[in-house]
Amino acid sequence: MDNFMAARSQMALSLGFHIIFSCIGMVMPFFMAVSHFLWLRTGNPVYQNVTKAWSKGVAIFFATGAVSGTVLSFELGLLWPTFMKHAGPIFGMPFSLEGTAFFIEAIALGFFLYGWTRFNRWFHWFTGVVVGISGLTSGILVVAANAWMNSPTGFELIDGKYTNIDPIKAMFNPAWFSQALHMSVAAFAATGFAVAGVHALMVMRKQNVNFHLRAFKIAAIFGVIAAILQPLSGDISAKMVAKRQPAKLAAMEAHFDTKPYSPLIIGGIPDVKNKKVNYAIELPGMLSFMVYDDFKTPVKGLDQIPERDQPPVAVTHYAFQLMVALGMLMMGLGILYLIALWRKKNWFDKRWFLKLFIWATPVGFIAVEAGWTVTEVGRQPWIIQGVMRTADAVTPMPGIGYSFYLFTAVYFTLSLAVIFLLYRQIKMVPIIYDNPKPVSK
Amino acid sequence: MIYVVIIFLWVALLLYLVMGGADFGAGIIEMFTSNKNKSRTRKIMYNAIGPIWEANHMWLIIAIVILFVGFPVIYATMSIYLHIPLTVMLMGIIARGTALTFRNYDAVHDNMQKIYNKIFVYSSFITPLFLGIIAGSAVSGRVDPQATNFMDAYMYSWLNWFSVAIGFFTVALCGFLAAIYLIGEANDDSERKSFIRKARLMNIAAVIAGSVVFIASVKENIPLVEWVFGNIIGIAAVSAATISLILLWYLISKGKRYIIRVLAGFQMTMILLTTTYKHYPNIIILKNGGHLSLIEDQGAEKAIQSLGIALLVGSIFILPALFYLVWSFQQKPDGESEVESH
Ligand code: HDD
Ligand code: HEM
Ligand code: HEM
Repeated sequence: MDNFMAARSQMALSLGFHIIFSCIGMVMPFFMAVSHFLWLRTGNPVYQNVTKAWSKGVAIFFATGAVSGTVLSFELGLLWPTFMKHAGPIFGMPFSLEGTAFFIEAIALGFFLYGWTRFNRWFHWFTGVVVGISGLTSGILVVAANAWMNSPTGFELIDGKYTNIDPIKAMFNPAWFSQALHMSVAAFAATGFAVAGVHALMVMRKQNVNFHLRAFKIAAIFGVIAAILQPLSGDISAKMVAKRQPAKLAAMEAHFDTKPYSPLIIGGIPDVKNKKVNYAIELPGMLSFMVYDDFKTPVKGLDQIPERDQPPVAVTHYAFQLMVALGMLMMGLGILYLIALWRKKNWFDKRWFLKLFIWATPVGFIAVEAGWTVTEVGRQPWIIQGVMRTADAVTPMPGIGYSFYLFTAVYFTLSLAVIFLLYRQIKMVPIIYDNPKPVSK
Repeated sequence: MIYVVIIFLWVALLLYLVMGGADFGAGIIEMFTSNKNKSRTRKIMYNAIGPIWEANHMWLIIAIVILFVGFPVIYATMSIYLHIPLTVMLMGIIARGTALTFRNYDAVHDNMQKIYNKIFVYSSFITPLFLGIIAGSAVSGRVDPQATNFMDAYMYSWLNWFSVAIGFFTVALCGFLAAIYLIGEANDDSERKSFIRKARLMNIAAVIAGSVVFIASVKENIPLVEWVFGNIIGIAAVSAATISLILLWYLISKGKRYIIRVLAGFQMTMILLTTTYKHYPNIIILKNGGHLSLIEDQGAEKAIQSLGIALLVGSIFILPALFYLVWSFQQKPDGESEVESH
């Protein structure tokens, strides 16, 4: 495997792995805080059991997220030393603040996981909330760092030297808000649907229905609200992309010709050689409308972008279509859920209703991976948009292919291990939590 | 502000060495524990380490972030030429962190536990070994940006007697720290005795490994003797460490569990001080005699400034909370610990 491809693949693999665990580590504490709160208020031990069962799952995810994140902070240098040499001081601000956020998160987690019987109950509850807030903060910060790669600001490039560095300005780059918003909402949507799906399965199998139904409802409501907001936030993101990275937008849409009434292209197979898209649905003027709020203004197409500055069109386009399709699906499910909640309480006993959520278990995470593919592949060939090419940033060390195979094997094994452990957690629910007396106070 | 940043870097490394070291050491101790006592040792260890495990390894992350924000050239150079040992260390970190968590949170207790334990123990050994190798390589003068072939650039930069000896020295120190720490956690006299025995063993191992480091430095033409004994601070620190070691052994027999921890921590401080003082501010010594320095190779001024402020502000939040965490779990466990309670 060629060194450059291997480095890109390893980066993508590591981030794609980490993002799943970090989303869960970021969002689950909020679910736990709700059920923990319900337990403290109602004294119903089922809520305590839900909280405890979740907290064990979270501990597993948290540790995996933490080690994979640690690996990432080294990998940035191991794979892209030239990039880090120049970018480190510029986009380092969010990373240094993130350090604090992680630290607080880790400390609060220590209190939460080990403090069930040691502290005042509300202090204990509060430490759980702190885990969630600091996790979310760190997610926002790290995405601000990524946003800088998409819209680099806060420095000047003079004769190949990076000068006039302003880390604060770099952190609050134009893309940070739209990306951080979209990512945070995505984390809630993806985790909410995933957790809800697992519990829906158990409800359908009539196992510990009381336990799983409550867990399902807490997770689902978070996921549902996020899923309904997500397309709105996606629209903000798309407008931002159009402004700062026309090449990425063009690749997302497989939009080859710049002309008035630019069409929105749905589906289809991009044919890069002949600069057209086969078998697609075209909605004339819609792309112009989405980007500029009027049907006529032309949107810059790939024909206006030099070939050597174009990202891979097909991958970006497919990934974008996939994300949007799944987003629409999740929004639809969300609306259905709200109807059930307000009007059709009996749906919660219906197999078809539960089945929909069971099928939807992985969709949020697939959308997350697809979305990151859009962002990262769509930025190619740049590692820092318009400033540094990815190929110029890669490590000179040969043989990264072996490293990539090694990481693939490790992450593959870890994923299996996590799934295995989770399966065992769920299997043990009846044994641990079904005894009539509450587990402990 | 650059000095604030350098102090934070040094303190982060020290704390990682002490807290993380005790944590790694616990796995090393487990390696040398007879099967019969393993599960008890494990339980004591977990009660002691579980709550702060996550926080311990944050020191490493803080150090790395300081390096890449404040000293990007140093970070990039290490990443390129020490790629291989860094990767091995990362594998160790992954294996260790997940095995520790898995074995405590696996809902079913069966033969899988054996596998987790094996992984945990080996990775507890490998990680500090390579951490030491990396630290040794930084000052060994083998990092060679002008190298033209793979072996010189990426293998011999770290694969030499000196670096490897430092690796083993680090392992022994970790084991020693853990044993000292665990003496205070033991529930009864026989456990206490067994930890004291291990502390003694690790102490001997550290002395042997330390001597090998000196021999290797002579063999590899590294002026370690001069770094350590050629200046007043070095001599003072070595003497202080030696005296505190004697004191420590005396106090162990008196059963002072907190003071011996402080003394062990003090020794680590002295060791890190001697090994860094003489060539401060240079932290990487290159083969051609050049070096990378914390002063000359610092990043842009604005970056250092905001990094320093972030660190200062961060520590206002972190230190009290961390202190409270460590303190509340120092109070003896109240019988039932959640993890075992199912
Ligand atoms: C649950 C996951 C999820 C769902 C349902 C959606 N997205 Fe998304 N999307 C993400 C998860 C995501 C993401 C993984 O979180 C990304 C990657 C980078 C980022 O900030 O968010 C992303 C990126 C991303 C970008 C690129 C942003 C950039 O490069 O700065 C655009 C334009 C959209 N999204 C647009 C949409 C639209 C119009 C959706 C309509 C339904 C949508 N997304 C649903
Ligand atoms: C703060 C967050 C992130 C940073 C700083 C970051 C940084 C990078 C870097 C340095 C590269 C390699 C250079 C390149 O190919 O441009 C890369 C590639 C990539 N990253 Fe990200 N990334 C981030 C988040 C993510 C996440 C969460 C994903 C999730 C899936 C992701 C997916 C990818 C992919 C697919 C590539 C390969 C793209 C390609 O080379 O074609 N990234 N990223
Ligand atoms: C280049 C990209 C990234 C780097 C270098 C990175 C680094 C890290 C590090 C060092 C940790 C361990 C902290 C600990 O011990 O608690 C971590 C965990 C975490 N990361 Fe990342 N990260 C990256 C991308 C992301 C992204 C894109 C997100 C989310 C949007 C994210 C969110 C988190 C969260 C929430 C945790 C806490 C651990 C958990 O809850 O499981 N990270 N990350």
